[in-house]
Amino acid sequence: MQRIGVFVCWCGSNIAGTVDVQAVSDALKNEPGVVFSANYQYMCSQAGQNLIKEAIAEHRLTGIVVCSCSPRMHEATFRKTAAAAGINPYMVEIANIREQCSWVHKDMLTGTEKAIILGKAAVAKVNLNTPLTPGESPVTKRALVIGGGIAGIQTALDIADAGFPVDIVETKPTIGGKMAQLDKTFPTLDCAACILTPKMVDVAQNENIRIFSYSEVTAVKGFVGNFDVTIKKKARYVNEDVCTGCGACVEKCPMKKVPNEFNLNMDNRTAIYIPFAQAVPKVATIDPMHCNMLKNGKCGVCSKVCAAGAIDYKQQDQYIEEKYGAIVVATGFNPISMDKFDEYAYNQSKDVITSLEFERLTNAAGPTAGKLLRPSDHKHPHTIVFVQCVGSRCSACAEKGKEYCSKICCMYTAKHAMLTRDKYPDTEVYVFYIDVRTPGKNFDEFYRRAVEEYGVHYIKGMVGKVSPEGDKLKVQASDLLNNKQLHIDADLVVLAAAIEPDKSARPLATMLTASMDTNDFFTEAHPKLRPVESPTAGVFLSGACQGPKDIPETVSQASAAASKVISLLVKDKLTGNPCVASSDELMCNGCSSCERVCPYGAITYVDKEFRMPNRTIAIRRVAQVNPAVCQGCGACTVACPSGAMDLKGFANNQIVAEVDAICK
Amino acid sequence: MKVSYFPGCTLKNKAKQLDVYARRCAEVLGITLEEIEAWQCCGGVFTTANDEVATKLSSVRALQAAQEKDQALVTVCSACHNVIKQTNHAMQTNASFADKVNRYNDTPYDGSTAVYHYLEMLRDLVGVDKIKEKVVNPLKGEKIAAYYGCLLLRPNSVMRMDDPENPSIMEDIIRAIGGTPVIYPYRNECCGGYVVMESPEFAKKKSNAVTESAASFGASRMVTACPLCKYNLEKNAPAVPVVYFTELLAEALGVKEDANA
Amino acid sequence: MHNSNKKLQQEIIRISGVNPKKCMRCGKCTATCPAFDEMEYHPHQFVAMVEDGDIEPLLKSESLYRCLTCFACVDRCPRNVEPAKLVEAVRLTVIRQKDANHLKADDIPAMLDEDIPQQALVSAFRKYAK
Repeated sequence: MQRIGVFVCWCGSNIAGTVDVQAVSDALKNEPGVVFSANYQYMCSQAGQNLIKEAIAEHRLTGIVVCSCSPRMHEATFRKTAAAAGINPYMVEIANIREQCSWVHKDMLTGTEKAIILGKAAVAKVNLNTPLTPGESPVTKRALVIGGGIAGIQTALDIADAGFPVDIVETKPTIGGKMAQLDKTFPTLDCAACILTPKMVDVAQNENIRIFSYSEVTAVKGFVGNFDVTIKKKARYVNEDVCTGCGACVEKCPMKKVPNEFNLNMDNRTAIYIPFAQAVPKVATIDPMHCNMLKNGKCGVCSKVCAAGAIDYKQQDQYIEEKYGAIVVATGFNPISMDKFDEYAYNQSKDVITSLEFERLTNAAGPTAGKLLRPSDHKHPHTIVFVQCVGSRCSACAEKGKEYCSKICCMYTAKHAMLTRDKYPDTEVYVFYIDVRTPGKNFDEFYRRAVEEYGVHYIKGMVGKVSPEGDKLKVQASDLLNNKQLHIDADLVVLAAAIEPDKSARPLATMLTASMDTNDFFTEAHPKLRPVESPTAGVFLSGACQGPKDIPETVSQASAAASKVISLLVKDKLTGNPCVASSDELMCNGCSSCERVCPYGAITYVDKEFRMPNRTIAIRRVAQVNPAVCQGCGACTVACPSGAMDLKGFANNQIVAEVDAICK
Repeated sequence: MKVSYFPGCTLKNKAKQLDVYARRCAEVLGITLEEIEAWQCCGGVFTTANDEVATKLSSVRALQAAQEKDQALVTVCSACHNVIKQTNHAMQTNASFADKVNRYNDTPYDGSTAVYHYLEMLRDLVGVDKIKEKVVNPLKGEKIAAYYGCLLLRPNSVMRMDDPENPSIMEDIIRAIGGTPVIYPYRNECCGGYVVMESPEFAKKKSNAVTESAASFGASRMVTACPLCKYNLEKNAPAVPVVYFTELLAEALGVKEDANA
Repeated sequence: MHNSNKKLQQEIIRISGVNPKKCMRCGKCTATCPAFDEMEYHPHQFVAMVEDGDIEPLLKSESLYRCLTCFACVDRCPRNVEPAKLVEAVRLTVIRQKDANHLKADDIPAMLDEDIPQQALVSAFRKYAK
């Protein structure tokens, strides 16, 4: 028989406001096995924990029930408390009477009744708990960073700086990501390239960092500390180790009309190309869709002009297997397609552009060498209309937009407007906004400067229609503060397109068994307290893959993710979760149902000898669980038709006892 | 292929060409339009109020007539199409409305009839390639401006004909019969509609904006599926000749004789 | 709200099916409205005034008869507020009253010409009269 102590927490008024905590501790006092019951204002505080420790000693407790907040909050805290007082931490059960009780009930009677029932269930379970001891697993001291934008770069540099090897996998031929395409960065207006490219060089020169560019992750197996990852290095038809990045091939390539994705297709590149001058690695890549040699064997110019002999038309995709202790997702974002927003005539006029296109048009390395010229006729625009929230905060239609605020648009639009007025004072600039959201350090001051010092016309309202007419764009808009409809003849219209997670994120999340929200942003383990960890152990989040972010925020999060990775990699061994599945071999019928449903590949089947009646021996096929790989999800226990599979700490009889206690 | 056909009042009077050419072209393209017996006026506009039932019963009866013959229902007038399609959608999605309607019916109607505008019939049931095959008098690159107006495209959540901001259904057909479609920004803006009755000046402004836009993009003719749009554009803004799209199609398919003959 | 007419407000919300609280005050409806110049109250004002229960001025306004029901505001609204349905509901609360038709049969002959399609007449009657 257990000797159980019950500890009911008030959580200030969070619980005590809707639950009569005294009634709960009184009621639970009479449950089987309970020898002590008390309540306290903050059970998680030092004083509360001491109360538990003293009760354990005084009443020789063997098990504990804490009626408090969600086990996600403080289960670990109370397990430590129990361990410190000398009882097995897995003899602790949490009855969640806050999130699942006091917060959802308004009335004290119902709240109290439910809290008592939840407490009884926990007591019933502890009566059947057995001490558990976690196993240990080794840690591979290498990290994988998926995505080579500023998030991935910062994370990799920080991990490498702590002395651990890091691999960056980037799908594009170069690292740098979106930041490499930007002109200036708010709110200080440093040039993006000036602050990014030195970091890219640092990555290239860091002995601890390997870059797999033009590559993608195709398979992930294993678990925290022990991931097995397959990386596909796509054939770039250029030997990376030999290519010097001299650019002779690019100069001579006769295929010069390939849309240049780095400049958002506003100019052309060659079929063999280096995305931009500061690319890392500075290595050429052949675009097989447009290379004549690869398409029909008729060319070979690049091979002839390459002094280093780096061109290899026969190169194949290569698959690399590598082990990692931790994985950081840094897959970033893209602006959404403007195809469904043709009220703004994006598909009708070249002079309706997105903000990212505007960045390229003002970037010295862009298609116009930094001169702000209209894409249609290369004339200088004299009236520019910026439209904010195009597809952001849009709940009307999932095909069109996103319900969330894209967060970065207010600031980059203020930046675009300000820089335009600064460089071209003869240009009238209008910004249509719903709300101007500038909650960052020096952000609102920046926006106000655009209005007060640079004379940008901020108009509270929206653009309803853009009609190309002659060489003008007729903009029809509302000015809500003046209750007017405006008609502006613009030369250029810039759309602040909503941003969305990169399309690679969803399949990657499946590979990693990491959870995502409905918008395909990765979910953090806790929105406030564990913002850079995924709920999947060993998987960390960096940058806009977790939610819209500007550069300062991305870099902070990238470094935070790195520090979490470092604190994992410094450990030699990881303590596992003892709540894992195990199979009763005598009951197992060898059907493989459990093996098929296991998402972690933790179950294997072995042929084993069993002693049978009359001194015979039979060989039977039975399931075995690798406790280091098992995550304790319990899928196998429900799939098992013979009841052989059970989960330690959540055994079938424990669950049934809880249900019985609830239904009593 | 046989389909049920709802012509509508105006097509029996002021917009005979829209109807006659629709029938002739359908024949050439292998579709038999079976006019619904004893159809009633759709009412011209869909009343959006949830509690309006009586004004939508004629549409329900047409939908039911098609269902009884197990046929799709084809409309050609934009207004009829809008009213019938919206009514059908309300029958599918608004249970209390459907319940009220069905109290007027001998057999309940569940919203399952497929409603096609003639243009959708051309795209989805005939196919643009088939039209191309049947062309005898190609338009030789003539610049044609398709005018959609409001009723065919909006509300898009119900009409689902095409991208409401950048439609291509008429343009694809214009291309198929040898014309050059003119893409101009006012093709989905309002002509002034029924407001012409009491405020002709207002309708004139709206129609002018449409035809001027089409003209500035070089259109030599405009096509529409709506008798009221055609009236407004011709009456108030006669900058560019306006014909029904069925007439243009009949021209290309070689079946355009005098409609009144 | 001191001018609030809760009863009418609820009636308009009920028959239109519109929830004006969904409006985030972006003004795209008014930006898009082809009848703006003809209207005293514009689409975003209809939404805001119904939300406030400030219905009386709308009932008296000619704006009710200038809405073209073109549905551009409905399709372009990022929050699916459907302002045109509100305008229609306000108009209906007027013309459903006794002798409150905006268009009367006697007015018709003066409006006709040779070519006007039947569609224009039935549509106008549907919108302007009960």
